[in-house]
Amino acid sequence: MEFLSSLGVGFDAALTFSNLGIALLGAFLGTMMGALPGLGPANGVAILIPIAFSIGLGPLPSLILMTSVYYGAMYGGRISSILLNIPGDEPAMMTCLDGYPMARKGMAGEALSLSGIASFIGAIAATFGLALLAPQLVKIALLFGPAEYFALFTIAFATLGGISSTNQAKAAFAAAFGLSIAMIGVDTQTGVQRFTFGEVHLFDGIDFLIAIVGLFALSEVFVFLEHRGSEGNKEESIGKIGRIVAPWSMIRSCIPTFGRSTIIGFLSGVLPGAGASLGSFLSYSVEKQIVDPNSKTFGKGDPRGVAAPEVGNNAAAGGALVPMLALGVPGSGTTAVLLAVLLSLNITPGPLLFSQNPDVVWGLIAALFIANVMLLILNIPLVGLFSRVLLVPIHILMPLVAMVSFVGIYGISGSSFDLVLMVLFGVVGWLFRKLDIPLVPIILGILLGNEMEVNLRRAMTLSDGDWLTLVGSPLAITLWVLAIIGFVAPMVFGRKVKKAIAEESDEIAVGD
Amino acid sequence: MSDRIMGGIGLALAAFYIWAATIIPESFMADVVGPATFPIIIGVIIAICSIWFILRPDPEPVWPSLNRLAEIGFAIAVCLLYAILLPKLGFLICTALAASYMSWRLGGTPVGAVLTGVGLSIGIWVVFKLVLGLSLAVGPLGI
Repeated sequence: MEFLSSLGVGFDAALTFSNLGIALLGAFLGTMMGALPGLGPANGVAILIPIAFSIGLGPLPSLILMTSVYYGAMYGGRISSILLNIPGDEPAMMTCLDGYPMARKGMAGEALSLSGIASFIGAIAATFGLALLAPQLVKIALLFGPAEYFALFTIAFATLGGISSTNQAKAAFAAAFGLSIAMIGVDTQTGVQRFTFGEVHLFDGIDFLIAIVGLFALSEVFVFLEHRGSEGNKEESIGKIGRIVAPWSMIRSCIPTFGRSTIIGFLSGVLPGAGASLGSFLSYSVEKQIVDPNSKTFGKGDPRGVAAPEVGNNAAAGGALVPMLALGVPGSGTTAVLLAVLLSLNITPGPLLFSQNPDVVWGLIAALFIANVMLLILNIPLVGLFSRVLLVPIHILMPLVAMVSFVGIYGISGSSFDLVLMVLFGVVGWLFRKLDIPLVPIILGILLGNEMEVNLRRAMTLSDGDWLTLVGSPLAITLWVLAIIGFVAPMVFGRKVKKAIAEESDEIAVGD
Repeated sequence: MSDRIMGGIGLALAAFYIWAATIIPESFMADVVGPATFPIIIGVIIAICSIWFILRPDPEPVWPSLNRLAEIGFAIAVCLLYAILLPKLGFLICTALAASYMSWRLGGTPVGAVLTGVGLSIGIWVVFKLVLGLSLAVGPLGI
């Protein structure tokens, strides 16, 4: 098996004492961030990138830290779903449906440990899937020329609004807005200044980290200010956790669920425009259809209803890494942030990464395995501790988030200009959230903009200015057709899917 | 209405962007496409989307009351002041002030907010400066 030996190399690089310590720290921080409502995986990783960058962590340790935080947040999201009936992050929404009723029946501990095991199984299976599937995708990607890449980037933008998007114009607007920001600075092809208006700080362009931290982390502070004191009818918190070990009989009854949900979750992760939220939603709905078509136990605290969405969202989180690593094109918000991690380490994902830096790829995959084992060990006994994190009041948490954001950005360049820019991105982020304009396409635009333009210009140079070269090969045509389908499909199905998700979660989320 | 205003702003942005693209200076290393074409395409997409916002606006979002808007406005002002004053006053003072303000506005008692602000400022300074060795802005106190 070729991939086993590659994986061995990865483990060799990743398994050092300090790396394991970093993984432990990341898993711990990530679980806390996931557990806290308002701080999801994207925010958590976003705040930490500039810091890891500033303290000069090497590529592999940084990757290990970030992936541990990423998966940690995925694990952590379920804690507040089960105990408070408030999802810690978006993908954990479906876990509320059966997790909270289970906790009210006095089985909070069982629900937490079962969902911990479910997260582990989903994530580990998806990591194997990633290790097997990504190299195959690379083989296809090696056939791509500049024109195909340009089409591929278009697919990424066209599908990013997601199948549940209701207004594609807003998704397209966000993507174009991000691209327009990416154009600022020196043109890499000709060396002329673009959109800088003589401002020295803009010559190198706007650092994507500033945009990410501003849009995701700082805008969250404004959102909290807006809603302060209006939460009102909070669900009663489950104080007693009880025994934290799920009985074997319960785990055994969930084994078929684990299998089905892993596959559904992984596939929805790999497909562009789906992501972890859809993964957990589909897993839950399919499981309900198969096991309990008459709604007798689901929604009332069925362990399988806790297992399915948790397996689903963690498997999707792993699946989403496949296109990100193999093609350099992320399919979801959190993977877009992980792409930012790689780019800030000067690693460009894509097919060449697998042949030129196999140590990074396989080190990363090994890091995913390590992070998951770490999380399982950490989560089962320490879940009581993590549940206490939920009690940290907002008026301490949000100032901390804001200040750490400032520290990170200041650490990159030490300039006031960047901090002001970050605040402006925070304001834009808050406004766009109000107007329902998605923020992820903006990030992706800033990240991929230059690469996309370079490919367009390379293709045009090769064809000597003939625009038809963009549709000049069967592969390119296929990609364009996919992009169009990906953009148009949500206009047809978007409302339906969104309504279905809303209906499912309305049954419980009264306070939301 | 909000969407229509956004569309108007978007159109203005697109127009400005396309104009700025047309004044990109010529370079001796010109390629077939040139440095202005792709930005102009982006500007056109922004314009089309903005027109769409104006023609088919979504239902109005729930805007916060005027009080709350002022609240957010003040928070933004504090953040901007923080960004501008940081190099002059240094990390410890600026962070204690800004964090105290935010903590107070997010529902802390005045005394608790000041304690939170000072505690966060010192805590972050210890973790990031002393333990992790990050460079933070130096103030008049020399730290």
